[in-house]
Amino acid sequence: MGRRTVVPFGPQHPVLPEPIHLDLVIEDEKVIEAVPSIGYVHRGLEKLVETREYKDYVYIAERICGICSFIHSLAFCQGIETIMDVEVPERAHYLRTIWSEYSRMHSHLLWMGLFADAMGFENLFMEAWRIREQVLDAMEETTGGRVIQGSCKVGGVRKDISAGKLKEMSSDLDRISAEVTEMNHVFFDDSTVIHRTRGVGYLSKDDAYKLGACGPTARGCGVAIDIRETGYAAYPELDFKPVVENAGDCYSRCMVRAKEVVQSADLIQQAIAKIPDGDIDVKVRGNPDGEYFSRVEQPRGECIHYLKGNGTKYLVRERVRTPTLTNIPPLVKMLAGCEMADVPVIVLTIDPCIGCAER
Amino acid sequence: MAIEDQLLRDISVEELLGEVKKKSDDGYRLVQMGCTRIDEIFEINYSFEKEYKFENLRITISGDTVVPSISDSYWGSFIYENEMHDLYDIKVEGMNIDFNGYLFKTSIPHPFNDNIKVKKVPAKKKDNGGEE
Amino acid sequence: MAKITFTMAKRIFKSLTGGPATRRYPAVPARRYDASRGHIEINIEDCIYCGLCSRHCPAHAIEVSKPERTWQIDRARCIICNSCAEACPKDCIYMSNVYHEPVTSPILIEKIQGPEPAPKPEKKE
Repeated sequence: MGRRTVVPFGPQHPVLPEPIHLDLVIEDEKVIEAVPSIGYVHRGLEKLVETREYKDYVYIAERICGICSFIHSLAFCQGIETIMDVEVPERAHYLRTIWSEYSRMHSHLLWMGLFADAMGFENLFMEAWRIREQVLDAMEETTGGRVIQGSCKVGGVRKDISAGKLKEMSSDLDRISAEVTEMNHVFFDDSTVIHRTRGVGYLSKDDAYKLGACGPTARGCGVAIDIRETGYAAYPELDFKPVVENAGDCYSRCMVRAKEVVQSADLIQQAIAKIPDGDIDVKVRGNPDGEYFSRVEQPRGECIHYLKGNGTKYLVRERVRTPTLTNIPPLVKMLAGCEMADVPVIVLTIDPCIGCAER
Repeated sequence: MAIEDQLLRDISVEELLGEVKKKSDDGYRLVQMGCTRIDEIFEINYSFEKEYKFENLRITISGDTVVPSISDSYWGSFIYENEMHDLYDIKVEGMNIDFNGYLFKTSIPHPFNDNIKVKKVPAKKKDNGGEE
Repeated sequence: MAKITFTMAKRIFKSLTGGPATRRYPAVPARRYDASRGHIEINIEDCIYCGLCSRHCPAHAIEVSKPERTWQIDRARCIICNSCAEACPKDCIYMSNVYHEPVTSPILIEKIQGPEPAPKPEKKE
């Protein structure tokens, strides 16, 4: 019976992109249990909705997170449009889908770089981020911002993409897709990566479903949940299947994300081929009165914006439930019984976006 | 023009544990628990989902009611119950992992509960020397 | 074995002959597009001091004073969202696509004084 010590992990750690604190109870290099603690970036954004008009709040909803920002504004706008019964034109749906998939690509490439860095494989980290730069250039040229887009508004989108630019994006995507496929070979076949991720952080399929895991954390354990299948924006007209792996460890979650980058590039190509002509926005008059749960699929999982309005310009309540908040109980379950040297890899495998989790 | 149908049912606090156990036996997963404050009453939403069917249960309580915890049916609910307690000061009994107010460390305890109006803070003025 | 050496040789050749993957900023200027968000500017001659930009700003960065005819922006608070430019009825606020130059003082409030109003025409009897 060894002695137990408590080792604090975080909030400052070289491998963490954002601050989270874990108290690890350790006995002879094995972790017995982990106690999480959050609140380092709590900004109280849900309270601001009572003093900003609902049309201006879109800018604040975007800035809840820096990586998945477009999809937050999409969820908010979609919720308001459903409460007020506003019909958004088809071209706006397709443009929103194209920008959402670009967001997903750049977020997954960022994660793959950080994951390689957590294992010590710096060259692969730089390769992933070099490919990511090309995706960010495409976003800046069409919307104006690399990470915070500012192009979604209640009633449609603000900026349009010309036909010539769409053709250029399509040929760029062919090249990016080829580079990502070549880089994925390293993630799947390299013996260092396999040694550090196979069998680490195991979560069974029942546990993943019961504890409420979502996104690649759940899809890597065999639970096929992807909110894009409920059919918001232009997804009913695009043809895709969720990427699911069955092993339940860090290696399979990494494979899910690597394959989703290639799938997103393919979805954008489909959308560019099918995009119709037309307006990009409609005029919105009046105030929202009612409530709705707006559900979208972020790169990290399922995100819900609960909106409640009472007929004035200011909303009564906006509750944001982000995927990282619901992936923390599975993380606590995964950490019990692992080696201490595997803790950074396991914490990164749920893709922690603490800025989203605490708003 | 809703994208999907979302059911919402109002229930009382006493029926809560029974209804949640029925949902857990049916194979639903817990999606979220959210709290809304309207004047002096609190509305707590419990959301469940199975195969993309989305259903909600709602209880309406005053500030002193003690809400039973649903951790027997759903182990992962501790994060939402602690967040509700830290931000809104709602008393929940029987949580499987109880942080006693230390999950969310804020400088004002229970910030969403008090009547803290977010003031329009003026920009820094050189002669005043500071913001309120 | 030969296949691995060939892949490595191709990679080494590409890395040696291609340039660095980054731009040598600030020697080479940063790449900005037409739509890039830089900083907010105003044509003060056209402004009517209605205050709509101040009411719609999500960060409360703009202050307008009608009697004194001044328009003031706190650059550190501005989130460059373009909400003021869309709200302006006279279209005198616009977004330029380069960033503001770096400054050394901590307070960054710019106060712009507008011109005097044109004299009203004389009432004819």
